Amino acid sequence: MTEIRWHSRAGQGAVSGAKGLGDVVATTGKEVQAFALYGSAKRGAALRAYNRISDEQIFNHAKFMNPDFVLVIDPALAFTDSIEENEKESTKYIITTHLSKEELLAGIPALKGKEDRVFIADCVQISLDEIGRSMPNAPMLGAFVKISGMFELDYFLESMKRVLAKFPQKIIDGNMKAITRAYNEVK
Amino acid sequence: MAVKFDLNEREVWDGNYAASQALRQADVDVVVAYPITPSTPIVENYGAYVGNGYIDGEFVMVESEHAAMSGCIGASAAGGRVSTATSSQGFALMAEVLYQASGMRLPIVLNVVNRALASPLNVRGDHADMYLGRDSGWIQMGAFNAQEAYDLALCAFKVAENHSVRLPVMVHQDGFITSHTAQNVYPLTDEKAKAFVGEFVPVDDMLDFSRPVTYGAQTEEDWHFEHKAKQHKALMDSRTVIDDVFAEFKELTGREYKRVETYDMEDADVVIIGLGTTVETARVAAKNMREKGVKAGVVAIRCFRPFPYDEVREALEGAKAIAVTDRSSPGGAMGAFYNEVAAAMYTSKSRPMVTGFVYGLGGRDFSIEEAERIFAEQQAHADAGHITTDIQQFSGLRGPHLGFFKTARG
Repeated sequence: MTEIRWHSRAGQGAVSGAKGLGDVVATTGKEVQAFALYGSAKRGAALRAYNRISDEQIFNHAKFMNPDFVLVIDPALAFTDSIEENEKESTKYIITTHLSKEELLAGIPALKGKEDRVFIADCVQISLDEIGRSMPNAPMLGAFVKISGMFELDYFLESMKRVLAKFPQKIIDGNMKAITRAYNEVK
Repeated sequence: MAVKFDLNEREVWDGNYAASQALRQADVDVVVAYPITPSTPIVENYGAYVGNGYIDGEFVMVESEHAAMSGCIGASAAGGRVSTATSSQGFALMAEVLYQASGMRLPIVLNVVNRALASPLNVRGDHADMYLGRDSGWIQMGAFNAQEAYDLALCAFKVAENHSVRLPVMVHQDGFITSHTAQNVYPLTDEKAKAFVGEFVPVDDMLDFSRPVTYGAQTEEDWHFEHKAKQHKALMDSRTVIDDVFAEFKELTGREYKRVETYDMEDADVVIIGLGTTVETARVAAKNMREKGVKAGVVAIRCFRPFPYDEVREALEGAKAIAVTDRSSPGGAMGAFYNEVAAAMYTSKSRPMVTGFVYGLGGRDFSIEEAERIFAEQQAHADAGHITTDIQQFSGLRGPHLGFFKTARG
């Protein structure tokens, strides 16, 4: 079982990101869950979304998890949310930031000593460049594909095209570029 | 002619989307709706299917849930296949009309996405609304995940419309935990689903002018009792039809449903009995407990009404200690579900120990760890030979321990 927790603000696309990831994972024959935890969410409110991925049917419906991956798609939440909550010794963090890794880590005492498990990508800037607005979910998926090694990039891109099929071609192209850039730039 | 909807053999759907696809495939004629969180997408999607030509149906927007169910009654009595969806406060407002629908023997299918009842206001899942409908004369089925929300919605039409049943059916799913959680769902093709549900053949439809009938007539002490008794008998007799429909569904899909589901129960000493998503989480906990040497099992109610007394007794006969989980504020009693199970077990030979847990209100999480703790407590009862805790406890509640009633008896 692979468990993923997204930290996001309502409107940044974590729920769509989690569902999109679920869609792609399911095409590989695995079982998935994608859900989110929010109240009567307003745009900008902090929220968490979750994925579970398994070779077998997933019976656990609890929100509680010890995540294998923590994906932070809002730069400020890295500092203000408890992104390390219920972590494991192997939990990997992918954080959206314009800072260098050293600058970022200096501001998050909870990640001290875990430098090897922290990865960064400027998903906000990438989405601004490639999609034309701040939609950091798609580039985060690209970064996740790289760090998790769960898919080949080409397979993921092809599958995402199908997930995004209802959108105009321009949006699909932008998303493909954003995913590819984050895949190459995450470090 | 309806536009073809492209379906994959494997989809990633949440419970709401799954239920709405079942309504599309069942060729529902009329949906009368007043949307409410978390069930909104079910009727919203049906409206979109109508608007986009995927179904030849009618979507009627009304001013309240009371009006929604009233409209369903009208459309159903007129001879249409009818469905809608609701939750929580909407369900409560519908309550009066639910009794009308069942009393008129109208085969309406209501998708209930379970949510807490205010006050305090809460949009998340618990079973308060479901229990509110327990005496309304409807058949009540429960889904534990999105796949089942889809499967059972299809089965519901076939049960409701069977001429020896002719009763409305609710299909329950947990608000958010099922309704908003996307997971793998394996839908039937449209052709298979349509063939399974079959053509709706109404009985005494009002639009048959050659044979006028009256709906909603008044009966005082001369006939009211006989009508209600007959309705109760119809509910009881629906059990075999439900079994038959589930058997037919298994033949078609390989997916097996029973009015009472049992997991790891062959030799179980300690049991959690539950409804909804909790069942699946408890199944994981039971497996974990078995690795620690505790003979743990899970029993689940698929069909809450008609209540499966015999099957509950049969499933739990060999158990030593049973935890009944009520996801609803018991309001000064032991909990609706606890009362049903305890009453069933009182008439069993073995009379196992039965304690109740109120849990998960307003969407409070129910974790594997907590289910394991409950199993361990049941094992302590079994080891001691008597109930070692309060009979009614609260699971996952913050603050000091809250519990009621003790007994020194086994």
